[in-house]
This record gives sequence, C-alpha cells and structure tokens, in this order.
Amino acid sequence: MVQQTSEAKLKQPTIQATQDGLNGRQFLLALLGMVVVIGLLWVGFIYLRDTKSVNILNALIAIVWGVGGVAALYGITNTLIESFPGKTRDRLRPFLFVLPAVAILFAFLAIPTLITLYQSFFNNDTTHFVGLSNYIATFTDHSMLESFRNNVIWLFAGTALSVCLGLLIAVLADRSSFETVAKVIIFMPLAISLVGASVIWRFVYAYAPAGQPQIGILNAALTSFGLQPQSWLTQQPWNTFFLVLVQIWAGTGFAMIIFSAALKGVPVELLEAATLDGANEIQAFFRIIIPYIQGTILTVTTTVAIGTLKIFDVVFVMTGGQYGTSVVGTEFYRQFFTNGNFGYGAAIAIVLFILVTPVLIYNLRQLRTQEGF
Amino acid sequence: MASAAASGKLTAVGSGRKKTSKWLVNLVLGILCFIWVVPTLGLLVSSFRERSDVVSTGWWSILPHQEYVTSNQVQLTKGLPLDKPIQVEGVTVTNQQLRDGYKLPDGRKIIWANSRGRLVNVQVQQWTMNANFTLDNYKNVLLGQQYTYQQPDGSTRTEQGENMGNAFISSLTVAIPATVIPIAIAAFAAYGFAWMRFPGRQFFFAMVVALLVVPSQVALIPLLRAFSSLQVNGTYLSLWLVHTGFGLCLATYLLYNYISSLPRDLFESAFIDGATPFTTFTRLVIPLSVPALASFAIFQFLWVWNDYLNALIFLGTSPDTQVVTVKLQQMLGSRGQDWHLLTAGAFISMLLPLTVFFALQRYFVRGLLAGSVKG
Repeated sequence: MVQQTSEAKLKQPTIQATQDGLNGRQFLLALLGMVVVIGLLWVGFIYLRDTKSVNILNALIAIVWGVGGVAALYGITNTLIESFPGKTRDRLRPFLFVLPAVAILFAFLAIPTLITLYQSFFNNDTTHFVGLSNYIATFTDHSMLESFRNNVIWLFAGTALSVCLGLLIAVLADRSSFETVAKVIIFMPLAISLVGASVIWRFVYAYAPAGQPQIGILNAALTSFGLQPQSWLTQQPWNTFFLVLVQIWAGTGFAMIIFSAALKGVPVELLEAATLDGANEIQAFFRIIIPYIQGTILTVTTTVAIGTLKIFDVVFVMTGGQYGTSVVGTEFYRQFFTNGNFGYGAAIAIVLFILVTPVLIYNLRQLRTQEGF
Repeated sequence: MASAAASGKLTAVGSGRKKTSKWLVNLVLGILCFIWVVPTLGLLVSSFRERSDVVSTGWWSILPHQEYVTSNQVQLTKGLPLDKPIQVEGVTVTNQQLRDGYKLPDGRKIIWANSRGRLVNVQVQQWTMNANFTLDNYKNVLLGQQYTYQQPDGSTRTEQGENMGNAFISSLTVAIPATVIPIAIAAFAAYGFAWMRFPGRQFFFAMVVALLVVPSQVALIPLLRAFSSLQVNGTYLSLWLVHTGFGLCLATYLLYNYISSLPRDLFESAFIDGATPFTTFTRLVIPLSVPALASFAIFQFLWVWNDYLNALIFLGTSPDTQVVTVKLQQMLGSRGQDWHLLTAGAFISMLLPLTVFFALQRYFVRGLLAGSVKG
C-alpha cells in the first residue's frame, strides 16, 4: 500500500511542470556553476591537504569547505537535473539524493573490503601470490592462537557479564528509589573514550612492590587486609579478565539503558495477572519479563559481542598486547603497522569480518521482513 | 509516567514482603553504583592533588583518617651498634623492628627517621586529612609550561609539561566536520530511500544495512594506501573522509527509520503545491527531522571524539595534529608514573564528552536506542 501511494505521489511534480524539454539556459548555468563549485572544492582540498597546523581558523575553513561543499554540490546538481525534460528528470532525481552516499560507501567500505580480501592472498608487499598461507599462518601462529583464545574470553566473559549486569541494574533501577541517578552513574562511562577509561583503570590497578605505599585502590585494599599486593596487569592468565572488567565498566551502561527502555514496555496487566495467580517476583521475571524482552536481549547481546570481537583500544592502551593479553585487533595492528606485513594483516582483518557475518546475515533477514522491502 | 504508574500498582498488589525487598534493591544498586563511580572519582580527586601527594598516598587519604604523625625525635648515641638490641623510649627493640615501625605499649610508634644518623621518630596516632588541592596539574598539562618539583632526596628537577590544549583544539577540528558532513549526506540518502522509488533501491539499502556491522579494520589497509598516493595521510582531511565513510551507514539507517515514519499527507500536499523533491527536503523534511539529526549528531560526535584507532592510523602522533586520545595514550607510554599529569590529562579529554552527555542526555539515549543495531 505504502509503495503504491508514494509512487502515485511522485507523479505530481511532472504534471505541475510548465514545460517539457531541456531548459537550455538553466542547464548551461548549472553546468557552469558545477564547474565553479568543483573548482572551489579542489582549491579547498589542496589548501587543507597542505596545511598541517592546528588553529580555529583552519577548523572553520574545513567546516565551511566540507558542509558548504556538500550543500553546494547538491544544490547545483539539483538545478542541473531540474533543467532536464520531465521523464529524464524524474528518473535522475532519486540518484541526486542517494548516489553520493552510495558512492562513499563503495569507496570507503565495499571496495576496500574487496581489496583487503585480494591482498590477503598475497605476500608482505602484495607482489607474490601466496594462496592460503596467510590464513594458515593466522590459525597456526602461536601469537595468533593466543589472540584467538583471548578473544574467546572477551567474547564470552565480556558479553555475558555486560548483558547480565546491564539487565540486573535495569531491573533494580526500575524498582529503586533513585532510578535516574543510578542510571546516569552506570551510563556515564559510555561518554568517555576507552583510552580515558584505560587511564582510569590503570590507576585502579596501580602496583608498587610490597612495603611501599600503594596508590592503586585495589592493592591498597589487599595490603590493608595484610595480603601481598598484586601486579594485576602482568599476571597471566588472569590479566585478560582484568582488562575485560574495564570494558564491562565502560559498556554495561549501553545494555542497561536499552533493557531499561524495554522493561518499561512490559505491560503492567501481564505482571499484575501473574502476581494475582501467585507468582513471586523471580517467577514473574523469568516467565514473563525475559520472554517479553527476548528480542531486545538478542539485539543487545549481538551488539556487545561484535564490540568485544573488535576490541582494540583497551588492550592496546593498558598492556600493548603484552603479557599474553593480545587480541585479534591488536595483532592486526602489530602485523600491519609494526611489522609491515600487509598480506598477513589483511588475512586477520578478513577473519574478523567472517566472524561478524552471522550478525550481518541476520540483520539482512530482518530487513526483508520490514515494510517496503 | 508509565513507570510510576507501574511501580505504584505493583506495590499496591504487594505486601510487607515488598518493603524488605525495596531496601535490598536500594542496597544492591547502591553498592553497584558505588563500584561504578569510585574509579572516576579517584581520577578526579587525584588530578587536583599535589604531585608529591599523588605518588606517596592514595587519593582516598583526602578523607579523614587516622595516621601516625611524628611528635618528637630521639637522638641515640652516634655509632651505636645496630646488630645488637637497641634501648629507646623504655623498650628494647631490634634494628629491623625500628625500620618497620614498633608500637609502644601506650599506642605511640617509634620508627627510624635516619638510621645512619641514629635518629628515631616518635609518632602518635592522629586524625588527619590530606586535603591540599591545586590547579597546577591542569596548568602543566594544558599549557605545556616548564615546572619544577622537589625530588625525595631534596634536589629539584625541572620538567616540560604537556601541551594538551593543542590536542584539544585538534580534536575539535577533527570532530566537528566529521560529525556534520556525514549527517548532511546521510539525510539526503535517507530521504531518497524512504520516499523515492528507483532501480537498485533494495540492493543499495541492503548494502547500507550489511555494512553497518563490518569491522572498519577490513577497510583500513587499502584506504591508507590510497590516501598515501593522494598525499592526504596525516592531514585532517583524511580523518574527516574516513569518519564520513564509516559513520554514513549508521547515519543513513537511523535517519531512514525516522524520515520514513513522517506522515505521507505532508509530502502529498507539498507536491500539489508544486514543490520539487529538493525543496520539500530542505524546507520540510530537514526541519521536521531535527530530533533525529540531533540524536545522531551527538552519537557521531562522541564516537569521533573518543576514537583512537583511526586517529592514530590516519592522523598520527605528530605533536601539531594529534588528538586528545592519541596524546593521552602517548603520555601513558612516556610518563606512566606521572599520575598527577595523567589524571589531569585524562580528565581534560573527558571534559567535552561528559558535558555533551550531561547536557543532551535525552537525545543521546534516543540515538542509542535507535542505533542499537550497529556493531
């Protein structure tokens, strides 16, 4: 239904048009304008490419260049299209709107992904075809195996704890006397960069040898109970868990806020009916609330899981991937940037891509059920 | 409103058991909130403490606590043998006990002030709080001043501060265009996908949805190579382009959801009045979509401001252009023990996102709810 009406609606401008046929003057003016805009954008590009100093003025020029350039391009292309005869114009119009975005997606994501796939079959500097040997190395190399093991820990421990804690806090907050404050506190780390979060937690985990004053709160707590201070970030294999904790601290707010919204959507009548039937709160939670919000739980779980698969910042900043904490993200960085191993780095990136494809396929399936597709 | 009604009804249904569970709920949640807030609090407090305090005592010592404070000193005979029991303040102790601190029966403590000079401190327990606050750390971190401090052995040392003010401006230079440009492009595309029919529409929109979860790592290597052949590596331009490319999927998807839900009559009447799709878009759709645009703008701004990997790869670590996250990471590497500077630096890097977050929380949450599909 929706499609039909919107198509009918699109015919309207054609009827309204006063003339059919190429508007020559408008066309030439628009073409001229286009040349001027592209010329100006090019000048701006060269200027911005060659200036490397930071100041507010350059930032402003950049904003004007970027936003003004986008606006001017759209405007002038629109004038150009409007000068065409009716049929051509109607056919071209949608592309004015979507083509820039589609072109950028091709240029920045789709095509680079294909190039990465291609490079993953080649050696260091993409000069010799090496078949699958980069992939074989990915799954046999000692350091990569360690990264996969850690990524599995991240995936399960990180996702499970974030989702469960998020749900727990959302439920508790819903019944507490200070819901808003609690939610803001749990949610706040989401606004902080993971680098900032890493500094915060490096300070929590700070370690000094026994006998010296401990400025890290965890070790201070240990020593006040008469225990030995621990070097949390260097002791394998537990250090990975201490890194996961940072991510949980930073990411639980996301799960909480989405669960919180979902909980508000559970019909009160349903819960009342359950209570009247003699269900206690725990039964109501597992039998009614959980089934009711299971779609949300799935969405949150996949989102958090993808985040943990791609994890890079926390590990890179806290330990640099040393002491047996490396993950696929840091290993990719090390192979590509530190070792200049393009083929190997590309293969790791493709493996990462393959790991998220189930979610990708699921999203596409969901899209098909959506109205209009 | 709905939640207030819900909880009201629930408590009406429940009985006395509910009351006990209410304080339990508050207690558990309170503990969780306390755990959540302590790390940040420690950072904030430490960033205002003197350098010497930060390295010698925990930040919680700003709270009132009992501590041994030296009341007087006892000078023992010079050259007294240390391998034999030592007589001091009426007790006999060993050298080791004096080194660790020995508790006298009356609660006082004796400890070496200087064992070579045979000087003993007699300490009493007192309530103290260690609350000397200063803004020096922020000055040193922001302005890159030289600063001098006393080392434990009494000598002074001069060090160069960090120029984080520069990184702050650099981050702004990156974040504002990298927020506005993708939104502008995505709004056009979202309108096109929502209200126009054209060949390839389904395919292209499926592409948008598919690329939502693709890890950016798969695109980094070819992009970096393309940029170096265009000579844009290390410029702001490269980072704007990258963030535009990577942010566009989510922006298009979110704005599509919003714009496609606008009432159809609106467009029909506009077309009957002779408006072209372009004017409908600029005069009607954009003003109506302000809430959605704001949500995504906050989302993207925080994402770009907090981004580390792309900034590191494309803009690099040059002191002129590096952004706050890269700067902070470098400080962590080069001066990992200078907690007075690190804490202040970390807080500066959080200042703007936290302000945005607290001021525009509602929009941020809305964007998050709508965009929870992104990986």
